[in-house]
Amino acid sequence: MATAVVTTERKNYLNAEYGIRSWLLTTDHKRIALLYLLSITFFFFIGGFFALLIRLELLTPAGDLLTADTYNKAFTMHGQIMVFFFLIPSIPAVLGNFLIPMMIGAKDLAFPRINLLSWYIYIVAGILYLHCLVSGGVDTGWTFYTPYSSLFSNTHVVEAGLAIFIVGFSSILTGLNFVVTIHRMRAPGLTWSRLPLFVWSHYATSIIMLLGTPVIAITLVLVVLERTLNLGIFDASRGGDPVLFQHLFWFYSHPAVYIMILPSMAVMSEIIPCFSRKRVFGYTFVAMSSIAIAAIGFLVWAHHMFVAGISLYSALVFSFLSFLVAVPSAVKVFNWTATMYKGSVSFSTPMLYAMGFIGLFTIGGLTGLFLATLGVDVHLHDTYFVIAHFHYVMVGGAVMGYLGGMHFWWPKISGRMYPEGWGRLAALIVFIGFNLTFFPQFLVGYLGMPRRYWQYPPEYQVYNVLSTAGASILAVGYLLPMVYLLWSLRYGKPAPDNPWQATGLEWRTASPPPTFNFDETPEVTWEAYEYETMPLPDEVTLER
Amino acid sequence: MFDNLPLWPTAASSHARYEDWLFLFLTVVSAAMTVLIFVVIAIFAMKYRRRHGREATPIEGSLLLEIGWSVAPLGVMMLMFAGGAVLYFVMRTPPRDSAQVYVVAKQWMWKLQHMEGPREINQLHVPVGRDVELIMTSQDVIHSFYVPAFRVKQDVLPGRYTTLWFRATRPGTYHLFCAQFCGTMHSGMIGEVVVMEPRDYQAWMSNAAPSGTLAQSGMTLFQQLGCNTCHVSETQGRGPALKGVFGNPVQLDDGRTVVADENYLRESILVPAAKVVSGFKPIMPSWQGQVNEEQLNELIAYIKSLSPPPAGEAVTSGAPGGTAPPSPAQ
Repeated sequence: MATAVVTTERKNYLNAEYGIRSWLLTTDHKRIALLYLLSITFFFFIGGFFALLIRLELLTPAGDLLTADTYNKAFTMHGQIMVFFFLIPSIPAVLGNFLIPMMIGAKDLAFPRINLLSWYIYIVAGILYLHCLVSGGVDTGWTFYTPYSSLFSNTHVVEAGLAIFIVGFSSILTGLNFVVTIHRMRAPGLTWSRLPLFVWSHYATSIIMLLGTPVIAITLVLVVLERTLNLGIFDASRGGDPVLFQHLFWFYSHPAVYIMILPSMAVMSEIIPCFSRKRVFGYTFVAMSSIAIAAIGFLVWAHHMFVAGISLYSALVFSFLSFLVAVPSAVKVFNWTATMYKGSVSFSTPMLYAMGFIGLFTIGGLTGLFLATLGVDVHLHDTYFVIAHFHYVMVGGAVMGYLGGMHFWWPKISGRMYPEGWGRLAALIVFIGFNLTFFPQFLVGYLGMPRRYWQYPPEYQVYNVLSTAGASILAVGYLLPMVYLLWSLRYGKPAPDNPWQATGLEWRTASPPPTFNFDETPEVTWEAYEYETMPLPDEVTLER
Repeated sequence: MFDNLPLWPTAASSHARYEDWLFLFLTVVSAAMTVLIFVVIAIFAMKYRRRHGREATPIEGSLLLEIGWSVAPLGVMMLMFAGGAVLYFVMRTPPRDSAQVYVVAKQWMWKLQHMEGPREINQLHVPVGRDVELIMTSQDVIHSFYVPAFRVKQDVLPGRYTTLWFRATRPGTYHLFCAQFCGTMHSGMIGEVVVMEPRDYQAWMSNAAPSGTLAQSGMTLFQQLGCNTCHVSETQGRGPALKGVFGNPVQLDDGRTVVADENYLRESILVPAAKVVSGFKPIMPSWQGQVNEEQLNELIAYIKSLSPPPAGEAVTSGAPGGTAPPSPAQ
């Protein structure tokens, strides 16, 4: 049966050329997306390995499994790998790369060679970081706070800093490519008000990448120069200011949170209308809230520094602005929920991830309000409450979105259907495992357990045991899709061009798409999400 | 009660109760919102699940709803903002007659110096009901002084002083944590705050008190280092007289005026040329590297003792925690 399929197989981006060279020298945005997919998955599992070490160490109050230094390196490298080598490139570089040209009816991104260059830059940085890892690693925390990083740490700070400096250029170039592509390469008729919200959200993300990343690059260079040439910029004993580092670092790293979450919101705005068979509720507000998040997100960085010794009045301003940035996020959640109203809702795997996303992101966002509230943040800052909060946003939000998106577009990417039953099961396991891992951390955080503690007072143990138990469930939930998605490449049912009967342009071409995406440049005469014009998907195709 | 499964942290300071109420308010609002979203999703998912013969109703959106669900949450959030801001303002404004304790943090240890003289390591004894202000600095990296039972936390920075204050309300022994990652034994940089009834505290103090107060040690050091050859006590020497300087504005030679607080005194000892007092030459040598953080605190405590507390504020002489100025130098 398989051979019969092969003989009639259409030419697509996967079988257009064979051989390792055709992949390493490709300029096809879809192939580059797959190169990214492999690389970030690799780093996700390394980062996950460090998470496992952290959770095992914290199973008991005494520091017994790892040495203190090893533990410090484990949480540092968990954070740096997950943030810089997984989360930031995850959705933009894989799904964004794959989908944006197709969604706007283009043959490729505006600068295909620069797109390939971004991946090579990522790989160079990744290899440098791995070298840092095997030669002993780094222990500053992912935040590189001075003067610990600049004057006191005896680990490979320079190498880690340079790796992250380099990987930044990969995201700057990706951002640049997206902005130019979205401005210049939309198909005839595809006006801004007809753009899929996935594209709007990536547009906002790209702006942050372009404007924010250079700042962290400069900051890390300063740390490196401080360590190697003894500049003294962050050294208080020579007139420098260690807190200046925190301002510079968070000026990028707070917006970076939005680099991680906006693409996930982008995925939600595609999945929810499709599985509700409805237009997204309040299209303009969802689109504009992405832009608002990108804009206000640049003005809230010092909420990471309420106890760092900043002035009372600047703290008031930053607290106020931090509440303000919560509004557009809330608007999105309300609009997605309202999209389901009077819809025709089906519970396919992507939709389960989407509903999980809304729930977890709601909790993540609301607990952010606790941290924006000045007097409350004083107690919660640097405790496990913060850890729980940002994992709800960056794992509960960003990773759920990533997985939901991977399932949604898997038929388009691979040309195969994934097994629906396994997909639903994995989504459920991830949801349960996630909550069991991170909810107890809110409680132990309010009790006062500080973050980055290798050993801790025994009264916090129960919560840590729950958390470790949850993490092992979560690990199963993450491994399962790895297995069945790979399985589906060979044994999955061939995917039709539009298995979900979705409205986007990417579904109006073959699965998998031909190298140049469309045989003819499409002309768009409709608005995004006109689901009333689409038939219901064929349930038989989906069940497997 | 729940030794192995505590559900709520002990509240042992005047800030704690207010903070707990605010936290509770936030929790209730957040829980209500979360439940609302979850329930609405569940209802929509059930009620509008895909069935044969029923199609989705196309709806574009609703301006009224959009405005409503932008403005209403913002209104509630402004309540949170105000509550948090008031508490933060209180936390950042130490009462003027607080008992002061100097804190020096280093990898991986807390060193504390009471004005009355006793020194402690990784332990801080305070009486119930007294406002206590900590004046903190670090001799290496950034640390953070955190007492969960008091709901207070403040980063401790190298090269300058930060402050934190609390009024303990319940006797007991509470965790003191370093909350800012500071290297290998960050999680070992812990200690305890012992809150005692005033009588017990006084007993402890008279037991622990060594030969003299912090200011007296500072005076001895002041003379040992020869500071008094230029800073003579009553008249202006080659350096400005230090009596009555602390807490008051100082005219600088570049025309600026600064208030002589702890950070100013610190800078003037370590980098004397940075802010020279008007009418004096920048001839003072730097003491950077020659006096350590604890000695700096002694010197500053001494200079502070030369300024009487502002008029109008009753300071009960001889009360525990009161700092009677020692006799001036010479």
